[in-house]
Amino acid sequence: MRRRRFLFAGDSAAGQPAQEEAAIDTLLQGLRQAVHLILSLDPEVLEIAGLSLRVSGTALAISVLLGVPLGAALGLRRFTGWSFLRLMLYTGMGLPPVVVGLFVYILLSRNGPLGALNAALIPRLFTPAAMITAQTLIIFPIVTGFTMAALLGVDPLLRQQLLSLGATPWQATLTLLVEARAGIAAAVAAGLGRALAEVGAVMMVGGNIAGETRVLTTAIVLETSKGNFDVAIALGLILLAMALVINFVILQLEERFFRPL
Amino acid sequence: MSEAIFRLRNLRKEYQRRLVLDISYLEIYRGEILVVVGPNGSGKSTLLRLLNFLEPATSGEIEFMGHSIPPGAPVGLHLRRQVTMVFQQPALLNRSVLANVSYGRKVRGMPAQNGAMTRLLERLGLASLAGSHAPNLSGGERQRVALARALAFQPAVLLLDEPTANLDPYNVSLIEGLIRDLNREQGTTMVLVTHNVFQARRLGHRVAFLLNGQVVEIAPAEQFFTAPQDARTRAFLNGELVW
Ligand SMILES: Nc1ncnc2c1ncn2[C@@H]1O[C@H](COP(=O)(O)OP(=O)(O)OP(=O)(O)O)[C@@H](O)[C@H]1O
Ligand SMILES: [Mg+2]
Repeated sequence: MRRRRFLFAGDSAAGQPAQEEAAIDTLLQGLRQAVHLILSLDPEVLEIAGLSLRVSGTALAISVLLGVPLGAALGLRRFTGWSFLRLMLYTGMGLPPVVVGLFVYILLSRNGPLGALNAALIPRLFTPAAMITAQTLIIFPIVTGFTMAALLGVDPLLRQQLLSLGATPWQATLTLLVEARAGIAAAVAAGLGRALAEVGAVMMVGGNIAGETRVLTTAIVLETSKGNFDVAIALGLILLAMALVINFVILQLEERFFRPL
Repeated sequence: MSEAIFRLRNLRKEYQRRLVLDISYLEIYRGEILVVVGPNGSGKSTLLRLLNFLEPATSGEIEFMGHSIPPGAPVGLHLRRQVTMVFQQPALLNRSVLANVSYGRKVRGMPAQNGAMTRLLERLGLASLAGSHAPNLSGGERQRVALARALAFQPAVLLLDEPTANLDPYNVSLIEGLIRDLNREQGTTMVLVTHNVFQARRLGHRVAFLLNGQVVEIAPAEQFFTAPQDARTRAFLNGELVW
């Protein structure tokens, strides 16, 4: 990646016109550079964006595959311990990524409880697999909790009436999922957003190693700290564009495809 | 009209150990309109839910179309799909009126038959609402959609829980006419719960009076209203029943 250094004009006291002008200049120039970086398909930028997509996409896929059925089950039936489980889940939705990062770091570190096993299926620290593990722990409660809330919002009388109309229990469940589809799409979008935007955990368990575990968010932190605002802005724009495209796909699925019954 | 489609024997239903329904014996004849009247909380809706196999009885037996169904035993899908209910509080799908009405056919894998569905909506005065979003409907419109979606797949038994409670007088007579025609032309067996004793008299072949979960009296409609046998029935019909 080209290293270009933007210097703030002077270090005079905050709020002085000269400095503000310079900051706006930097931003505009950064934007211009950003567009150029994106249009020229800079290989390093592509690699970083690709890893972001792979890590957050895998964490999202795992969370959706497990969290949507679990959230649906929790939203559709009550049992002893249900309230407690919901409390745990909603608390899990607010887990600070750095706490999850710390937890995964300790678990996976060389002499941690899992890392010490040295087993083939246990992810190693400072690999994309460790980052996927941390992000999955962060967004699984979000996807599950929002799915549960979406199903709790469906009229509780509906299921019995669908059965009365001749639906099998599975057909009735499927119909309730379709009824809750806007909320489920929001659950998936919230999970995706949290994963893509997350820095703390991937930084801790990934280590932001160039070419190996550097993702968009950790690269933005690094480039900003080095004063490479053009690169940072370019990466930020790519992050936003990625979120936009994936959310577009999620909403298309919600509106068109997800209507089996 | 003497062949029984339903036979209930010693049927009891408890909620949290409270006895809500207790029917020692009741026959429902194929092709009849049986009206069930009774005060609030007497177990009318509970009876309909049991007849629709939506809840297991606590004890006793339901015999339906010659199949005996003990409490909690699974009911074959084919049998269960012969019966449907128009609920006291209809819950509609968050879709168009037409999609709501087609639901029962869709789950059965029956062809959509949009033409027939449109004619059904016309008969219920809903033709102009076919494409409307169901949640936007008025109370009376929802109730008629609930009736339409139950009629769409031509059930053998139709359970109606106060189907005209939210309707204006014009729509009440429209629906009563439809119920009568359906019963006459297709032989649909109907169990109708109503608080309107005039409606009970207009529609019922037989009328049953349910009180505290028990059938106090059941008789042909004419006899039920002109010569009730039980003092409690008389009191109920005169609006004097205290229970
Ligand atoms: N799921 C349930 N759990 C607990 N109690 C219930 C349940 N369903 C009904 N009950 C109780 O059973 C009794 C009979 O209720 P039901 O709905 O059958 O009465 P109803 O005759 O239909 O009354 P209404 O004329 O008001 O509709 C009521 O006391 C009601 O509170
Ligand atoms: Mg009722």
